[in-house]
Amino acid sequence: MGNFVANEGLSIFVIVVWLGINAYLFVQFYLNFLVEKWFYTRVLLGQALPWARAPAACLNFNCMLILLPVCRNLLSFLRGSIQVRRKPHVSRQLDRNITFHKLVAYMIAFHTAVHIVAHLFNFEYFMDAQLNRNGSLLTFALSEIGNEENSSFLNPIRSNETNPTIVMFTTIAGLTGVAITLALILIITSSMEVIRRSYFEVFWYTHHLFVIFFIGLVFHGYGRIVRGQTDGSLKSNDPSVCAERFEDWGTNGSHCAVPVFAGNPPGTWKWVLAPMILYVCERLVRLYRSHQKVVITKVVMHPSKTLELQMKKKGFRMEVGQYVFIQCPSVSRLEWHPFTLTSAPEEDYFSAHIRIVGDWTQALYEACGGDKNETQEAWKLPKVAIDGPFGTASEDVFRYEVVMLVGAGIGVTPFASILKSVWYKHIQNNQELHSLPDYIYFYWLCPETQAFEWFADLLQSLERQMAEKGMTDFLSYNIYLTRWKEAEAAHFRVHHEAENDPITGLKQKTLYGKPNWDNEFTNIASKHPGTKVGVFLCGPPQLGKSLEKQCLSHSEADVKFIFNKENF
Amino acid sequence: MGKIEWAMWANEQALAAGLILLTGGIVGVSGQFRGWQFAAYAIAAGAFVCLLEYPRSKRAKGTSVERPGQYCFTVCVKAFGPLTRNYYVRAFLHAAICVPGGFMLATVLGCVCLGIASLIYFGAAVRGEHWEPILPRKDVRKPEDSTRKPPQNPPPRPPPDVRRKNVNDLEAAAYDNPFSTTADE
Repeated sequence: MGNFVANEGLSIFVIVVWLGINAYLFVQFYLNFLVEKWFYTRVLLGQALPWARAPAACLNFNCMLILLPVCRNLLSFLRGSIQVRRKPHVSRQLDRNITFHKLVAYMIAFHTAVHIVAHLFNFEYFMDAQLNRNGSLLTFALSEIGNEENSSFLNPIRSNETNPTIVMFTTIAGLTGVAITLALILIITSSMEVIRRSYFEVFWYTHHLFVIFFIGLVFHGYGRIVRGQTDGSLKSNDPSVCAERFEDWGTNGSHCAVPVFAGNPPGTWKWVLAPMILYVCERLVRLYRSHQKVVITKVVMHPSKTLELQMKKKGFRMEVGQYVFIQCPSVSRLEWHPFTLTSAPEEDYFSAHIRIVGDWTQALYEACGGDKNETQEAWKLPKVAIDGPFGTASEDVFRYEVVMLVGAGIGVTPFASILKSVWYKHIQNNQELHSLPDYIYFYWLCPETQAFEWFADLLQSLERQMAEKGMTDFLSYNIYLTRWKEAEAAHFRVHHEAENDPITGLKQKTLYGKPNWDNEFTNIASKHPGTKVGVFLCGPPQLGKSLEKQCLSHSEADVKFIFNKENF
Repeated sequence: MGKIEWAMWANEQALAAGLILLTGGIVGVSGQFRGWQFAAYAIAAGAFVCLLEYPRSKRAKGTSVERPGQYCFTVCVKAFGPLTRNYYVRAFLHAAICVPGGFMLATVLGCVCLGIASLIYFGAAVRGEHWEPILPRKDVRKPEDSTRKPPQNPPPRPPPDVRRKNVNDLEAAAYDNPFSTTADE
């Protein structure tokens, strides 16, 4: 249980607080519309009035939140200032920004649905009030208010010769409402897992409808369609007394004047202005970054369709396991793609390994001259822009005494940086040695042999260095090949006795199949009693779930497994 | 990432439109709004669109992701053959379905969403996309002959580091024995 709190406590706390605020706003605004000021409005609309206003308040709140988790420069800045104070849990919370962004989006969708359904009823009731032209009905009397010049109406539908659909498309509130709802629907349908993962461009461009969404949102309330009785009018026309005698309103003998109504001033801008400004700043920072000069110092083509870019930029400082967004103007001016940095902070350049799998990466590959045989002149290399670096959980690696790194497939890239950095720290005999983990368990699960290529080179040199320095007792690496062809299997069998592994060329033999996590966790727990073990994963969510379970079930009083997950 | 398949987005959009149309219809009928007959139509149309769009198409390239429990829907939709396979048909079908939704406020949103889905489907059809069912792969097990055959490339073989780079192409990586060898008799 203690471990569960350490792992999930803060996220659950944040979500509970957020749900709590939503519930509070809903109930509070629901009750706000049950007071006397809104009595006559409720005569027309009934319960649909508070049901429309309560989700509107929640929408303001959630639209304020939705922009914050995607301000990555702001988050990076916050993370930096928090890390100084050594609170790994808080900085880890910030990694779940996209999850939170999605939760807020679902909440917006939910409140939008409630708001729209309630307003459908409102439109219908307003129309009913206009159509039942019967002088003995209070609803008709209320609808007639405002027919004279210089007086304000209560019923926004001003005649009985129209219909709700026409009113919808001729009022500010109706038009902006339709526009922002459509924008929201398009944004949501194009962000479904399948589209986002497979056709990133569709997702990315459609998401920019958020500009229309926010403009429409701010102006949605400008028509002041929802009206309540003014405070002054409440004195001259007390609904509890005068509602019964509406036929005498404004006559001399009665004590009831004709009620006066006014709309609420639009308030959404107060909620969303600050995050909008922050987001504009965020985009300006990105724009500025895209104009900073980045020099590609080296391009390496690895045989397994992986492009390695080594770059330099003035004032670039990184930490292990961070990622950058790369943009290449000659490929696309608008697309920024995230890549994990594979270089160590100790190196004088920074690098990224890019697997060529799609349009953008293919175009980048051609721009870098990957399809030509001769060496490219440096000036022929394309311009690139870098935004970042941004931190993810791997920065916390050095805070644990024992760490377990689990990479799957190309997900091994963040760990390249970590292992390299550990290696540099060791060969430089760095004074900070005490800040290194005592023991590193490294697991790499890979479905095909090609991917081993470039990473195996790194591991090989690391292995050699460790043997030379006689420091073989701090890194244990286990490589699992999860899929193989029969021809390969025959090859492996023949070389089973060889000193070096037939695939990776490492002393450590490649293992076949999937790791037995239960055994691995039990082993580590028994070897390192009384420690905190950090578990880091970069891989598919299913693997994450099973590791998280293992972390929870193997944490006992003396050994604690803390689960961390990369986003990419 | 590969080529964009617009139909995948059109499918998401149409499914959402179906749900919105259905919801609008339910609201219209339960509230007995004026012209609730259109709302009743929207319930039927929304349900139909949802059923038609629920089974996701197979992707031209890469892994296809099924919606939970879509298999029996896939079979039903597949039964209509070219009618459901062709995206032009879908584009026009959705365009036709959405029109009556425009006559009533409660169903207007679903109508517009379905119209947009129809446009995306039309774009997908122009690009030559079509619906393919995701069916469970049949495991074709080949008889395991290869393991019984003797190795074509018997030892001795070159040192491992020479071969490591060419592990894909075992034939090309094979070591040519400079001496002619014959079997002992």
